[in-house]
Amino acid sequence: MVELQPLGTAGRGDAVPSLLSAYVALVRSRLSAQMVYRGSFAFEVGAQFGIGFVDFAEIYVVFHQVSSLGGFSFAEVAMMFALTTCAFSMADMFVGHIDGLPNYVRTGQFDAMLLRPLSALGQLVTSDFSLRRLGRAMTGLLVLGAALVFTDIDWTPARLLLLVITPVAGCAIFCAIFVAAAAVSFWLVEGTEFANAFTYGGNYLASLPFTIFHVAVQRFFTFVIPAAFVAYLPTLALLGRKDPTGLPGWLCWSGPVAALIAAAAARLLWRNGLHHYVGAGS
Amino acid sequence: MIVEVERLRRDFVVRHKTSRFGRSRDVVTAVADVTFGINAGECLGYIGANGAGKSTTVKMLMGIRGPTSGRVQVCGLEPVRERTVLARRVGAVFGQRSQLWWDLPLTDSFRLLGAIHRMPDRAWQARLQECADLLDMHEFLTTPVRQLSLGQRMRGEVTAALLHSPELLLLDEPTIGLDIVSKERLRGFLAEERSERGTTVLLATHDLSDIERLSDRIIVIDHGRLAFDGTLPALVSRVGASRVLVVDLVEPGPPLDDIPNTTLQSVEADGLRQHLAFRAEETSAATVIAAVTARVELRDLAITEPAIEDVVRRLYLSPHQDPQ
Amino acid sequence: MARAGFSRWATYRQAAVAGMFTNTVFGIIKLSVLLAVIDETGGTVAGYDHASLSTYVWVSQGLIAVVYVFGWSELALRVRTGDIAIDLARPVDLQLSWLATDLGRATYAIGARAVVPMVVGALLFGFAFPHDPTAIVLIAPAIALAVVISFACRFLVNLAAFWLVEVRGLITLYVLTMNLLCGLVVPVQLFPTWLKVVAYSTPFPFLLQAPTDLVTGQAQGWQAVGSVAAQLGWCVVLLGLGRLVLSRATEKLVVQGG
Repeated sequence: MVELQPLGTAGRGDAVPSLLSAYVALVRSRLSAQMVYRGSFAFEVGAQFGIGFVDFAEIYVVFHQVSSLGGFSFAEVAMMFALTTCAFSMADMFVGHIDGLPNYVRTGQFDAMLLRPLSALGQLVTSDFSLRRLGRAMTGLLVLGAALVFTDIDWTPARLLLLVITPVAGCAIFCAIFVAAAAVSFWLVEGTEFANAFTYGGNYLASLPFTIFHVAVQRFFTFVIPAAFVAYLPTLALLGRKDPTGLPGWLCWSGPVAALIAAAAARLLWRNGLHHYVGAGS
Repeated sequence: MIVEVERLRRDFVVRHKTSRFGRSRDVVTAVADVTFGINAGECLGYIGANGAGKSTTVKMLMGIRGPTSGRVQVCGLEPVRERTVLARRVGAVFGQRSQLWWDLPLTDSFRLLGAIHRMPDRAWQARLQECADLLDMHEFLTTPVRQLSLGQRMRGEVTAALLHSPELLLLDEPTIGLDIVSKERLRGFLAEERSERGTTVLLATHDLSDIERLSDRIIVIDHGRLAFDGTLPALVSRVGASRVLVVDLVEPGPPLDDIPNTTLQSVEADGLRQHLAFRAEETSAATVIAAVTARVELRDLAITEPAIEDVVRRLYLSPHQDPQ
Repeated sequence: MARAGFSRWATYRQAAVAGMFTNTVFGIIKLSVLLAVIDETGGTVAGYDHASLSTYVWVSQGLIAVVYVFGWSELALRVRTGDIAIDLARPVDLQLSWLATDLGRATYAIGARAVVPMVVGALLFGFAFPHDPTAIVLIAPAIALAVVISFACRFLVNLAAFWLVEVRGLITLYVLTMNLLCGLVVPVQLFPTWLKVVAYSTPFPFLLQAPTDLVTGQAQGWQAVGSVAAQLGWCVVLLGLGRLVLSRATEKLVVQGG
């Protein structure tokens, strides 16, 4: 007679691992692989830190020519840049590698993931964890610190909370964009190439004051892809300014809500994509 | 029944360039109208040439591909819908795709799988010990998977599939590319596993010698369609294909063309190696070997099975056209 | 080998369309920033006006695929896997064969990736055609030389794989620094003086800004000639440096018995 392996064995003190610990184990295996070469890892973190500053150089150069961009000062735009950089680099660390999906599909590794009793998305997310991206987040924090010194914010407890929550919500929004971008590759072979416009393009755009864009672009990147909630709208709230295109003030505080909606949309898109893959793949 | 498959069909669309600017769509049917069942504890050999639809069927049993039409049920579950639940009760080995972690030592793969299948450390370690003993894996457990030979890796893959002691084991071309020794070791291990735990097995392969030792029953699949469902002896006798006994003599000898019920196919190296074909329904391997050793002294011998393409071809030429 | 490079890249058709889309999105963002700048400065900045800024954006966006400003680590990968030994054993010159492949790729990219964003941009946002005959004549050579400079730089960076375990961080740092200093993000003419000095002490501005300047009219007459001459100079220097480093690297390989 066949013996079913019970989920808990009759052994003294044997702990049955939780579902979470499976994912933790997967991530830890990635981390140890990364830290093997200590010197190389330190260099990588440093490189990411430098990359953050090279990125900032665009804004620096622009403000060498003007003292205001789209109605915002250097410090204010720097703050938008910093909030975006923190959010994006963290999302990149957690989920950025999911753009490897087409490769995994091609090599059969994705099918290998589907054979395991874990969610496919969960496995993809834990398939890597680029700790080095924190280097770029550090740049963001530094610029943020400097920007806060030079901006005139009327601090209230609500604004303080908003400052802390914004990068978190922003990270969630970018994570959702990454997942949605990967899901597209279930339908389009070159889906990730196409979706780069929204992931990396979104990062670029979110770090800038929206007032410089055509209204159509602003609306698209507010209500379709919620990039505005990453930095621009929260910055308006922190500065106590109104959106020139007439968006309501409460919207500027709705980053977390936008993040939740984005996450739900991304999850839906992913499930549909996976369904399509299982139904149509060879 | 552990596996129930009814009128299973799987189509997929293939796009290819017909000219510089044109593209066309073709619908390819990988699996067409297949119906069969597997009872608990049974071992089913699922035989077909490359591209016959074996892998696609196995994928549909695991839920990583969905049927275009038809019904499939494994362990009482619908594979696509309940993929993760099913994955706890089934193990799979794909000969051409690895499920191990490429850049980690082999034992780390088992550690991760233990966590993934939510097995207490002691449980998966005991299981690993068992398999490592039987498959002689101890010397390369700490080697990174990418540095393993194919034979070593396949032993790892089979262990990985059986780590959580599943009710059902699906194997897709597990012996492809392996040398004879490794093949035999793997087959022996699977036979042992079956008799010890009564695991139900589906073995999809194009190599008939794989299933000879293990399967109670076989299904032949050809171009997506079920061509035969019965036992191996029944298939061989119906098809009338020959098995071949290859003998290596201790010293060159005369052609063995007078062994009863055999046909001398070829002689090599002045009679040092000879190929004797015989039909399963006329005589048995044991009888032929006995007759040969009575005549000459043998250094080595091997039996080759008919090629699957040969079997399938003869299947369609044989008097009874429908699978029983 | 150039033709082989052409056909290999020609099969990535969907990638080309997707790339063009992304390209256009980035172009729109970039242009929005620059137009906001001239809003503040009263219509012109560093010799650019609305039309020439639009030209700058769409020409530079069009050229990025041709000149290949992205991360490229094919050579480094071959070094890491050890396949480089096979390449070195071939009777074909390593650097020149990779260069030939790259030129083929660039030629395809002109049609597949460059033309569409430029046309789209020109139609939607405005375009200023160059007037100076010297500059017009020099556009094609300038682009060709820019491709060679880009290749030579990428070649050098990839050679670091002979000495470093992991070149990924170095390549990313190279790409971002080069992206800034070549005038991709903001025209070099807008840089503060000190940054201009930094930029021109590297070959990077000659990779993208130089050919773009010929189209936007920033470089005319003798300036244009000087720019192309400087490009030629950098080509020679960088290719030569590449050969030097490669010979050092192969020596190292031989010594290690690899």
